Amino acid sequence: MTKGYEEIGVASSTPKKEFWREIMTSKETAKRKKVSYSKWGYIFILPFFLTFAIFQLIPLGSTIYYSFFEYYRSGLKEIGPTFVGLENYKTLFETDLPKYMGNTFILWILGFLPQITVSLILAAWFTDARLRIKGKQFFKVVIYMPNLIMASAFSMLFFALFSDIGPVNSFLVDSGILSKPYRFLSEVWGTRGLIASMNFLMWFGNTTIILMAAVMGINPSLFEAAELDGCNHKQTFFHITLPNIKPILVYVFITSMIGGLQMFDVPQILTDGTGGPDRTSMTMIMYLNKHLFSRNYGMAGALSVVLFIVCAILCLFVYFSMNSEENSAPKKKRIDRDVLNTKAES
Amino acid sequence: MKKLMMIGSALFLGATMVGLVGCGGSSTPSSESKAPAADISSDGKVLNIWCWNEEFRSRFNDFYPEVESVASDKATTTLKNGTVVKWTINENVNNNYQNKLDEALMAQDKAAADDKIDMFLVEADYALKYVDSDFTLDVKNDIGLTSDDLADQYQYTKDIVSIDGVQKGTTWQATPGLFAYRRSIAKDVLGTDDPDKVQEALSDWDKFDEVAEKAHEKGYKMLSGFDDSYRTFSNNVSAPWVTGTTVNVDKNIMRWIEQTKNYTDKGYNNKTSLWDDGWASDQGADGKVFGFFYSTWGINFTLLGNAGEKGFGDWAVCYGPAPYYWGGTWLCAAAGTDNAADIKDIMKQLTCNHEIMESMTRNQEIQDYTNTISGMEAIAADSSFGSEFLGGQNHVALFSNTAKQIDMSNISPYDQGCNELIQRAMKDYFNGNVDLDTAKQNFETSIKESYPEITEVVWPE
Amino acid sequence: MNKRKQREITEAKIRTVAAYILLSVLTFLCLFFFYILLINSTREHVDIQKGFSAIPGAALLKNLVNVANDANVPIFNGITNSLIVSSFAAVLSCYFSALTAYGLYAYDFKLKKPAFIFIMLILVMPTQVSALGFLRLITKMNMEDTFFPLILPSIAAPSVFYFMYSYMQSSLPMSLVEASRIDGANEFRTFNSIVLPIMKPAMAVQAIFAFVSSWNNYFIPALVLSTQKKKTLPILIASLRSADFLKFDMGKVYMLITIAIVPIIFVYILLSKFIVEGVTLGGVKE
Repeated sequence: MTKGYEEIGVASSTPKKEFWREIMTSKETAKRKKVSYSKWGYIFILPFFLTFAIFQLIPLGSTIYYSFFEYYRSGLKEIGPTFVGLENYKTLFETDLPKYMGNTFILWILGFLPQITVSLILAAWFTDARLRIKGKQFFKVVIYMPNLIMASAFSMLFFALFSDIGPVNSFLVDSGILSKPYRFLSEVWGTRGLIASMNFLMWFGNTTIILMAAVMGINPSLFEAAELDGCNHKQTFFHITLPNIKPILVYVFITSMIGGLQMFDVPQILTDGTGGPDRTSMTMIMYLNKHLFSRNYGMAGALSVVLFIVCAILCLFVYFSMNSEENSAPKKKRIDRDVLNTKAES
Repeated sequence: MKKLMMIGSALFLGATMVGLVGCGGSSTPSSESKAPAADISSDGKVLNIWCWNEEFRSRFNDFYPEVESVASDKATTTLKNGTVVKWTINENVNNNYQNKLDEALMAQDKAAADDKIDMFLVEADYALKYVDSDFTLDVKNDIGLTSDDLADQYQYTKDIVSIDGVQKGTTWQATPGLFAYRRSIAKDVLGTDDPDKVQEALSDWDKFDEVAEKAHEKGYKMLSGFDDSYRTFSNNVSAPWVTGTTVNVDKNIMRWIEQTKNYTDKGYNNKTSLWDDGWASDQGADGKVFGFFYSTWGINFTLLGNAGEKGFGDWAVCYGPAPYYWGGTWLCAAAGTDNAADIKDIMKQLTCNHEIMESMTRNQEIQDYTNTISGMEAIAADSSFGSEFLGGQNHVALFSNTAKQIDMSNISPYDQGCNELIQRAMKDYFNGNVDLDTAKQNFETSIKESYPEITEVVWPE
Repeated sequence: MNKRKQREITEAKIRTVAAYILLSVLTFLCLFFFYILLINSTREHVDIQKGFSAIPGAALLKNLVNVANDANVPIFNGITNSLIVSSFAAVLSCYFSALTAYGLYAYDFKLKKPAFIFIMLILVMPTQVSALGFLRLITKMNMEDTFFPLILPSIAAPSVFYFMYSYMQSSLPMSLVEASRIDGANEFRTFNSIVLPIMKPAMAVQAIFAFVSSWNNYFIPALVLSTQKKKTLPILIASLRSADFLKFDMGKVYMLITIAIVPIIFVYILLSKFIVEGVTLGGVKE
């Protein structure tokens, strides 16, 4: 989480900006300036924290609080809350939770790998002035369109396409590839495959757009310089594009992972909430949702906390491993920055 | 996958949604939430009715004699005595209706008199959740209907909303079920399409299985999918699903599992599920399925629609192996209402007045099979009341016979969850993904998730 | 030299061909679903129930008229409501997330690190469980059946914040800010006139995402809104889906889904201009 400071440090290395360096390095000045500027920091982040405190804090706090209680509804009768200590957590680890974690991870990876690959390629192509593709504008619009369809509507279409009597099966049978229909939603990998494809189709456009925006944010003079130096596409991509969009890449990776670990709507709708067959598509949030039907705030809370811890650990791991990678090539980064800053000021 | 903003707020309009809701087990230790004290006055000027679609509202506006005027956006209906009926419609996708209803009922005692829910609608599968609570009123002692008023209603429609002999809801519909079969296939397999003779051949499950075998030899399927015959078994169990905190799986449920597995392995069905495209197209012109279990609303609308023009005259109905019902909507009066007199009159007119109800049945746009024994018997005896779709057969006559035999005294507050979950768990077994023991295990796991108070599941020997 | 150039030309050709192939496949996949959506909105209910068709039906007008004439589905109210909720949600979440991100990116203060870590923690926290607690909360605040609980919370959108923050890391040099300070601009003006323009592509991206997810959101709006005329489009679609058997009509459902998509396509095309054109650093050198 030290990233913010480091960046400012990088920025302050600009030789022309003695002023800023003074703020950062000279203790006296820093103190004086800090007082006047830090006020603005607080002001700027105030609306966020205020809103959060008003709308989210109590519901979120009670989630954690009730994870230590037996608290559910039996019909319209509320049972509890009775303090039970870590009982809910104990119960939780006696269930098939590891299986659901495994499912979630598999489903995420199945969708994420093609998603990030395709998105990176597309982002590179769409922002490459040297690659002439007719109708670039059209493609850019089209790739995002699946995301405009509601997940529920999308899955209704998937049902129709991949049903036992659907067009995909008729094609496979008619063309002789299969002798009888493949019952996608009754097979473990059929179901998982459909979930992953739906996630991929719905979200690769988003990722591409995010990456494109990131590439757009790179100073064009860097690309011009690279071209003048005779860099080919590959070199430009790996030495200019990738290092410069790294913060956004980390963002994509982390939010994808969180989104993946919290995957819910697609498998929920596609398997009608069963996570079938044999609970092999049951994700952790689907499992959580099961407890919410009986308003089991105790178990649901405990599951949320566990999920939160798992997610936080994974994110920290990713964040730091990607950061240290970055540190291994600090020189490159700094040079880019200098070029960028000099250019911006000229 | 960056859908963080959508997490928890995803839109699930997916096929049929899970609507598992914990229902009251009276034996569980509980700190009961307070229900509003039943002060049953009648001086309210606003009557709040909650429902999940406009079905009841349109029956109300069309058939309730006290209606004075309906607002242009239909949000309110004004009665002749000046009471304004305010409709609150929350669709039940993703359990939304029950979520909001529960919250509103629990806040009922704090709500202003004109905001309190006076009446709300429930479906059979979760009716007991509300009936077995202090949030609903006794239609006799609290509201003032008499046993005479209710005498003409089918017994099973009263059983579904009764707890310890106290009836806490009432309905204008009855939804008895029949077995609808294809005449052409019956002729080919049994040599006759006469409903009486076909019924003779299908009058119990052993005979039904024999016909299934014969149909298979001729290249037909007896049923379309796994769940088709489920209700016919589950409505005829020998004990409620749950006693205390123990789930007792009935022998009849096991019979369904055995039969369906057998049909699946031998190819007597098409492995479809209710409402999916395969199931619907099995009812179409090119379908090779002998028949479908369907209740009142299903035959002249859903089946008729799926069968299409070519199906006209090719279908007929018979009782099938056992009586059962499918569907229905009940009216409940909410504790805390200040419109008791209006509620009484609404219930009396719309669910006890056989003339009004008979006119609903005779209305070609509606054709509800209504909850009046005498009214339905009059139509049953009316030789002019035949269905063209069923080759001129008077289906009401069959419905009225079978409706009286439906026995729902074994209903429990856990039915919705138990019925849904056992069908889901067994689907893996039918499909050959798991063995029977694993499927049973999965049922146990999911039932305990849905009802935390359940401690054990007992399977018959 | 010549050889190298020739090789480059061949490579470029191969790349172009590969690009066209991949793009065609993806375009087909993306448009195909739109196509069946449109097809289904022209089909009769019973035909849709029986499964897929690649050929349009003849019920386009019928479905359209049915949807438009259904008093239970006030479609113009629905579109207006969805537009209001989604626009405000998108604008608020983008502006305040950028503001928050800038606050943490550009300033140095004691609680900076804890504040950043805190936001990242809420980002990771699953929010499923708190939905019903949220409903109870807004009922207590007397905000049920209003748009406020759907709009105001978007001021605190951790994932949008994180994106803005990352974007600033890669594209916002502090030197620009300093330059503005030297010019005597106050901090708010610096943010609004210097930082925001640089953030345009990022803002456009997140505005689209926020708009779309709010537009398609069902769960929370369905919990909050009860009055028919206040309902947003997804709730109206859901109410068509929970109609009784007499009224249940998948043709209408698909028609309404199709109608609901048209406005977001416009919004997307409108906003995507900012991403496509890209506001590069060179553009703001003044």
